[in-house]
Amino acid sequence: MNDISTFVGPKIEWLAISPLLTLLAGALVLLLAGSLTSHWPYRLYAITAGMTSAVAIGLSIYLWRDVTTNGPRLLIDGALALDQLALLSSIAVIVAVLLVSFITSDYLSREESDLPEIYALYLTSAVGALVMIAANDLIVLFLGLETLSLSLYLLAASNRKQTSSQEAGLKYFILGGFASAFFLYGVALTYGVTGTTRLVNLDLVLNTYIAVPRNDAILLIGIGMILVGFAFKVSLVPFQMWTPDVYQGAPTPTTGFMASVGKIAAIVALVRVFVVAFPSRSDDWGTVVLVLSGLTLVVGSVVAIVQTNIKRMLAYSSISHAGFILVGLEAASHRDSVNAGDGLIAVVVYVVLYAALVVGTFGVVTVVARDSSADATSLDAFKGLAKNQPLLGLVMTVFLLAQAGMPLTSGFVAKFGVIQSAVAVGSYQLAVIAMVCAVIAAFVYLRIMVSMWLADSPSPEKVAVPALSRIAIGVALAITLVIGFLPSLILDITSNLTQLASK
Amino acid sequence: MISLSLAPTATWYLILAAVLFAIGTLGVLVRRNPLVMFMCIELMLNAVNLSFVTLARELNDINGQTIVFFVMVVAAAEVVVGLGIIVSIMRNRAVLTTDDLAELKG
Repeated sequence: MNDISTFVGPKIEWLAISPLLTLLAGALVLLLAGSLTSHWPYRLYAITAGMTSAVAIGLSIYLWRDVTTNGPRLLIDGALALDQLALLSSIAVIVAVLLVSFITSDYLSREESDLPEIYALYLTSAVGALVMIAANDLIVLFLGLETLSLSLYLLAASNRKQTSSQEAGLKYFILGGFASAFFLYGVALTYGVTGTTRLVNLDLVLNTYIAVPRNDAILLIGIGMILVGFAFKVSLVPFQMWTPDVYQGAPTPTTGFMASVGKIAAIVALVRVFVVAFPSRSDDWGTVVLVLSGLTLVVGSVVAIVQTNIKRMLAYSSISHAGFILVGLEAASHRDSVNAGDGLIAVVVYVVLYAALVVGTFGVVTVVARDSSADATSLDAFKGLAKNQPLLGLVMTVFLLAQAGMPLTSGFVAKFGVIQSAVAVGSYQLAVIAMVCAVIAAFVYLRIMVSMWLADSPSPEKVAVPALSRIAIGVALAITLVIGFLPSLILDITSNLTQLASK
Repeated sequence: MISLSLAPTATWYLILAAVLFAIGTLGVLVRRNPLVMFMCIELMLNAVNLSFVTLARELNDINGQTIVFFVMVVAAAEVVVGLGIIVSIMRNRAVLTTDDLAELKG
């Protein structure tokens, strides 16, 4: 028995978790100062959130250099991992928070409800995302997941004037809570078999001790339920039914936030759990991931074609992107192959590039949709956009081409990476499905482009693009094009990504 | 046939937890009142708590019992957020079942 008087708490490396603490401090400042003072002028809420994010990005880059020289390590008695995987995805999350805050500021000013809560929720959900990304313990991961999700439910329901927003919030809440319970039951079963929730220890235990066949069934059910929990969050078919409704009902900038931050966090956590904790059972989960990936690709790409609302189209497109990401995870499950590491790198590169892309796309949709009603985001709203405003039309076209995976955009680098990794380990069937679905999905983006460039606009009135939105969309565009022309920029820094923290 | 390599007493608790979890799951799937669905999610979380306590006792490991406190805090936070959303919807509509919320077609 532990004696309370001799108890020594774990050592906490404050500097290593400083990006997380910065975001939390920013959220508290916004909430407290925001509620104690009268309305702040000149978009100061968004600028405060942006500055907080900028500081957190700076600290993350400092930690990146530290990890590159000193190697990855575990923090706080093994609860969190500090490695390049965690830091790169953290930086992507924080950049997304910064860009989305800017877009939201213009959106809320137009709706005449620019209040600090939304930005505070962005920052708290980013804290949850950072915890999830770095978690080396299933319970820490669960806490991060809930911090992220609870903020996202509120963000989805944040437009109080719009009943569709509240409906989206409630649907997301019920199904998200349902998924979290499944995840947690999976953790409980895994804990029952192995006696630990630490990812690194799980691998040790599963490799050495277990030889009881009856326990293996419970363990596999546990792993399966963890996968179901993740599948809901990442919106894999057949657990995708909430995605179109929530994406359509939520305020447009928030949808961009969910599609970027929510996706990075869930995907990176999923990859870390399965690659670090369960490589010994990769034959079992690899097959399940293969099936999920194929289904997600086909359903996401095909159903997107019949949609008439642009947010629903983008929701199905995000489902199909999740399928592509899983192609990389499936490649990572072939651990006997020397190329299994490529799959891990491809997944992370894909999700990071997709986040920048999707923030830009939803930025343009926010600007083009004149108000928050459902009609404002129908495909008709984009009719003749490129004739009216060639520059805005061109920017949207670049984003759509990148989502379709055109060469010279970041989308090509991402898609090439996952398919190449699948071919390298010999998963030819999945690579073929992925390529066919890329073609089907391209049709969806083409439909939007045709509507923008060839149709005539019903009203000659131009939409205004405010300054902060300009900056955010410009940065997303720059990332998309620069990585498209110089893929080595991201491929060089991710080459050592497979060195995950283990002690 | 469920059989665990644990003492019979613990098995009973684990089966009870599994049954509670199943009732919760079924409730979310078949009930149409958001408040009842929400209670079913709480039932699922508490079924998991029961499993954690039982397993921690069997494994003679304190971590499983501390996990339960974290889960309870998360469940409480979920109540705050969930009721907030439900109340804000109730303000706009008198009667509420999930069938009434069909503006967004899935």
